Amino acid sequence: MAEFKQADTLYEWFDQRLGIDKFVKVMMTEYWIPKNINFLWAMGVLLTVMFTLLVVSGIFLLMYYKPDVNMAFDSVNYTIMQEVAYGWLFRHIHAVGASVVFLIIYIHMFTGIYYGSYKKGREMIWISGMLLFVLFSAEGFSGYMLPWGQMSYWAAYVITEIFGGIPLIGGDLVVWIRGNFYVSDSTLTRFFMLHVLLIPLVIIGAIVLHFYALRFPHVNNEEGEFFDFDEEAEKYLAGDKKNSKVVPFWPVFLSKDFFVLGFFLLFFFYLVFFHYDFAMDPVNFDKADGLKTPAHIYPEWYFLWSYEVLRGFFFEIAGISGKSLGLIAFAIANAIFFVMPWLDRSPMVKPANQRPYFKYWFWFLIADLIVLTVYGKLPPTGANAWVGFASSMTFLVLFIALPFITKAEAKKVGGK
Amino acid sequence: MKDESRRGFIGKAFGAVAAMGGVASLIAMKKTWDPLPSVMTAGFTTVDVSPLEANKLEIAVWRGKPIFILKYSEDMKPTDGRSVKIGDYYFSVMIGLCTHLGCIPAYRNDQKDFKCACHGGEFTSAGINKFGPPPRPLDIPPFKIDGTTLVLGEEGPEYKAMMAKAGGA
Repeated sequence: MAEFKQADTLYEWFDQRLGIDKFVKVMMTEYWIPKNINFLWAMGVLLTVMFTLLVVSGIFLLMYYKPDVNMAFDSVNYTIMQEVAYGWLFRHIHAVGASVVFLIIYIHMFTGIYYGSYKKGREMIWISGMLLFVLFSAEGFSGYMLPWGQMSYWAAYVITEIFGGIPLIGGDLVVWIRGNFYVSDSTLTRFFMLHVLLIPLVIIGAIVLHFYALRFPHVNNEEGEFFDFDEEAEKYLAGDKKNSKVVPFWPVFLSKDFFVLGFFLLFFFYLVFFHYDFAMDPVNFDKADGLKTPAHIYPEWYFLWSYEVLRGFFFEIAGISGKSLGLIAFAIANAIFFVMPWLDRSPMVKPANQRPYFKYWFWFLIADLIVLTVYGKLPPTGANAWVGFASSMTFLVLFIALPFITKAEAKKVGGK
Repeated sequence: MKDESRRGFIGKAFGAVAAMGGVASLIAMKKTWDPLPSVMTAGFTTVDVSPLEANKLEIAVWRGKPIFILKYSEDMKPTDGRSVKIGDYYFSVMIGLCTHLGCIPAYRNDQKDFKCACHGGEFTSAGINKFGPPPRPLDIPPFKIDGTTLVLGEEGPEYKAMMAKAGGA
């Protein structure tokens, strides 16, 4: 064992045993972040805070929630909402938080796409981030089932039914996932387990991986500039803070983040206290009934774009049924972002507005996603069905075209 | 070198034990999620169709699924291979779940067809898909006819004949 000298202070005692000084340096005071960034770089910290808020509010809900088809609805809508002191607060934080976390995820994700922060060494940051997106989607879906209202039930029904589209094993797979021939008590209890334990555990692991993936390629900056972080860090430590291109994570970067966080939390709690209804669908205040489909089923706003891709194909093309085409398009829509770093063939790491062709692609994608989101909520009849089809096709075509567009861009800018 | 090979052997032996244990655990985990025996043996549903009114949809429940039972009125023609004769009347007997994504279509008795509100699919009174995303007609549950009684969950001769026709077509 190493030689330990008598500690003079309590801090020194802990430092000898846990290496606090060294740890704080590596994780905080000598973890370098570029200076040339804006408020969009605060989204990671916002998401960490949101995840914490969801865990804490979830713990309080967990103390009264009952994962049983006969008790779930009342345990939420009577016990938690009316009897438990501040139960309504925890539920509203949890429901609004689940919605807002997706808003910030989308901002975070499209910031990454806009500034090209997914390529040239940053592929693992992007992939672990997309993994987190999928995990948060699974977490959102499993949590939505728990209040056991009509929307909970039918969302669970429709989404589990999707697995039935897989060739050969589909039908058996659906029964296996539900633990019954229909969405029932066994389904509710197992999704409860997934929501409160397994998926959150995996999310925590994926967050650690996401943060770790940042350590070597480092955080991108507003101009996509590559520089030697060690050199810039030396300048900073030598006292030349003005000319150094980096700042330490703590206290400099985080103090700016906390400022953004302050504004964000005001907005968030404004929603929680005064506008929580947007995250509380009225249909879900009717208890689940497996024999009565609501007139119109739609997911929460953050799933609308992929839902619209799923139902955009409503007719047969070349002998493949509309249902199969929808499922294939849906699968592609959820997986395609993972390969973004390889679909973008241009070596440019620049904000989109400085890239001659990519800028059009980026804003087209945003516009298409907005159209998909708007029409995802409307009933799929008449002209709506055709807008859905056109915007779903546009989505697929945009990703097929991306390698060609970026290849042409690479040629134009001459490999810069 | 000798050490190396002994360590290699220990490593491989452990690998084999761990792989077996891993596979065994996966089987156990898979089976834990299977439907319980009580679910699998869930009984049969019996419906007496004699009091049903023509052109008015009756919905029975079998294995948690809604079953459409529709008695035809005079002007409704039976569809070959899908309509069932029970007593003196023709009926449609179908699982009332849209074959697109499992919503329950509603019966419109003025137009004598089914309309699914979820994604706009439409079916004829015999359950044949005529518009929208549904890829196939409404499924027919296994049934047996016993006088004017319909037994759901058991395969009677009428059901088998129907399936044979569907398979041969």
